[in-house]
Amino acid sequence: MIILINLLNMDKIMDNDKNKIKSIIDEYSGSKGALIPILQKTQATFGYLSEESMTIIAEALNISSSDVYGVATFFAQFRFTPVGKYVIRVCHGTACHVGGVKILDAMLKSKIGIKNGETTKDGLFTIQEVACLGCCSLAPVVMINDTTYGKLTNEKLGKIIDTYVQAEKEGKTL
Amino acid sequence: MIRIKVGTATCGNAAGAQKVFDKFKELSLNDKDISLEETGCIGMCYVEPIAEVAVSGEKYLYGPVDEKIAELIFQDHVKGGKPVEKYVLSNTSNEYKFNKQRRIVLRNTGVIDPEKIDDYLARDGYNGLKKALAKKPEEVIQIVLDSGLRGRGGAGFPTGMKWKFANSSKNDKKYVICNADEGDPGAFMDRSVLEGDPHSVLEGMLICGYAIGANEGYVYCRAEYPLAIKRLIDAIKQAKERNLIGDNILGSNFSFDIHIKEGAGAFVCGEETALMASVEGKRGMPRLRPPFPAVSGLWTKPTNINNVETFACVGYILSNGAESFNKYGTEKSKGTKVFALAGKINNGGLVEVEMGIPLREVIYDIGGGIKDGKKFKAVQMGGPSGGCIPEHLLDTKVDYESLMATGAIVGSGGMVVLDEDSCMVDVARYFLNFTQNESCGKCAFCRIGTKRMLEILNKICDGKGEESDIADLMDLAAKIKNSSLCALGQTAPNPVLTTLKYFEDEYVAHIKDKKCPAGVCTALINFTINDKCIGCQLCKKVCPVAAISGSAKVKHQIDQDVCIKCGACYKACKISAIDKK
Repeated sequence: MIILINLLNMDKIMDNDKNKIKSIIDEYSGSKGALIPILQKTQATFGYLSEESMTIIAEALNISSSDVYGVATFFAQFRFTPVGKYVIRVCHGTACHVGGVKILDAMLKSKIGIKNGETTKDGLFTIQEVACLGCCSLAPVVMINDTTYGKLTNEKLGKIIDTYVQAEKEGKTL
Repeated sequence: MIRIKVGTATCGNAAGAQKVFDKFKELSLNDKDISLEETGCIGMCYVEPIAEVAVSGEKYLYGPVDEKIAELIFQDHVKGGKPVEKYVLSNTSNEYKFNKQRRIVLRNTGVIDPEKIDDYLARDGYNGLKKALAKKPEEVIQIVLDSGLRGRGGAGFPTGMKWKFANSSKNDKKYVICNADEGDPGAFMDRSVLEGDPHSVLEGMLICGYAIGANEGYVYCRAEYPLAIKRLIDAIKQAKERNLIGDNILGSNFSFDIHIKEGAGAFVCGEETALMASVEGKRGMPRLRPPFPAVSGLWTKPTNINNVETFACVGYILSNGAESFNKYGTEKSKGTKVFALAGKINNGGLVEVEMGIPLREVIYDIGGGIKDGKKFKAVQMGGPSGGCIPEHLLDTKVDYESLMATGAIVGSGGMVVLDEDSCMVDVARYFLNFTQNESCGKCAFCRIGTKRMLEILNKICDGKGEESDIADLMDLAAKIKNSSLCALGQTAPNPVLTTLKYFEDEYVAHIKDKKCPAGVCTALINFTINDKCIGCQLCKKVCPVAAISGSAKVKHQIDQDVCIKCGACYKACKISAIDKK
């Protein structure tokens, strides 16, 4: 049913998205070195960078789409597939590494049933391994969207994940 | 007036500081005698969340505080005038536990409310800028030269010298860049300064702009630090309202504007030419120097780049004079340095010490020694570009030259303590994996050589090491160091070289005996349940992958195909019924 509605609204959504990207580009018109901020804002709006969005950006900035793709793939921040509602960033910094993030990581992956870079089928979670979140004295650390959780144990992280799942059931966003 | 402060930097928030702040807010609502404030990182991350209560000038530091303790503190201390001794960390009005610490960079961090410019101004803020504007640019540079300040990003190049080069480049347009792309895993000094005292960094940039003749600056901050970026944006806005940023600053002829650029996640962008490429909107790849940025930098204009901590020192130096800084430290390394203490240490957190202090004092006297009574093995300094310093070198002084002699570096300030449970081959592999991922790919030896080194290290950790491996690692390391354009490649082999130098026996144990002495490398260990097992099911409960089976009161089994060898069961078992071999 949902798929059907999406198909019917496809053109409309596309136009709407195009306009959103164009207004992002307009914000930066005239400022130098705008490509990366535009890509960042586009990703913040849509959750990832689609091929279409990069093509629109390339055309507007009058550079080749391979240049845009080249910049986007160089930086770790950019994603090219849709992500879940909550991105779980698991810190693999030095302190977290020696502080046992391996155990935590294994528990997390088996609990929600996905690997690094994947998204759960219900679209709720994406796991992303990151180099360092800079909260080293609180190792091991994970960040769920913009909230940082420290001094984690399997039990603690398990409970945190449960609160997100529960909130979703109640139709809330944390 | 009673002042309550809660440390709400990222580390405090991760420990629950926001909830504590909200609790105090709820309790003190409509009470005009109470002023509730947020402040930056107080430095003692091991007792976060931290709150400070000041009644008629007498300050009490509490931690760790939760909502219940906050309520107790509020009733007994704030309202009742009786400190809650049980949770008091310290009550000496200024010093707290900063024994052996000297705070210049962190002079305001954890003291002021970073979102209020008046707090910064009340503590001599922007006084350095005022003094600088009354001098000639060359005089300002001379003071920075006299102070002996060297770049705090890792390389240790004299800051005044860098400014002098940029000043002598003739051009109508010049730039100042603040490198806040703190990418070393295990380092969080710059984040804490930006979150706790953003104006000190802006003031340093303004003084630099005046000294080199620039009128535009960029802060290049990593996107992983959303709070730092928010506080910078607020600080710039407030400084503009006070005419501290903008046209004709404080009535002078000097105009300066500051923008923020969010990094997009590339470690190599800590390198100055790569950083500038990224600001220009290109792939962040380093280029050959010369020309140095002081001659041709951002958009080919003369540019001066300094790190966050370097800029945070500048305002203090200009305000208090070169001697106020160079009276601390050693002959060649002046002033203080901030370190992020982490890993297997009791009192992890942010510390600022005089250059020249022995490592042992930092780890034992300030850091409180090793966690859980374990044995110290090494301290990793300088992140992926640095190295591991073993116990017999713990009396090494913390300064650029002494640390360099050990094979490690001062680096940006990450100090990760490793104990007997850390495998040094695994640590070397960890860093190589990091640099291999982050190599931009421009230089063949950095791109392919680190890959080959990583493969060898993986092989050793998997118990498939051969005797020729150590020689191959040394050979590759030398070639990568000599054939890479930027510091990423030139220093990438350091973690391997220092562990080989000081812990070769661990490599040999992996290669010859197929054993991991620290019991970390999973391919070389096995967990099994012995006959002591009483079937208490504790191990079954903690196993993250459900590899343990067995009913209550019956000996359990570990399914070796499912087991990920995390050791959770081993730690949980109270009767030594699990063997680790």
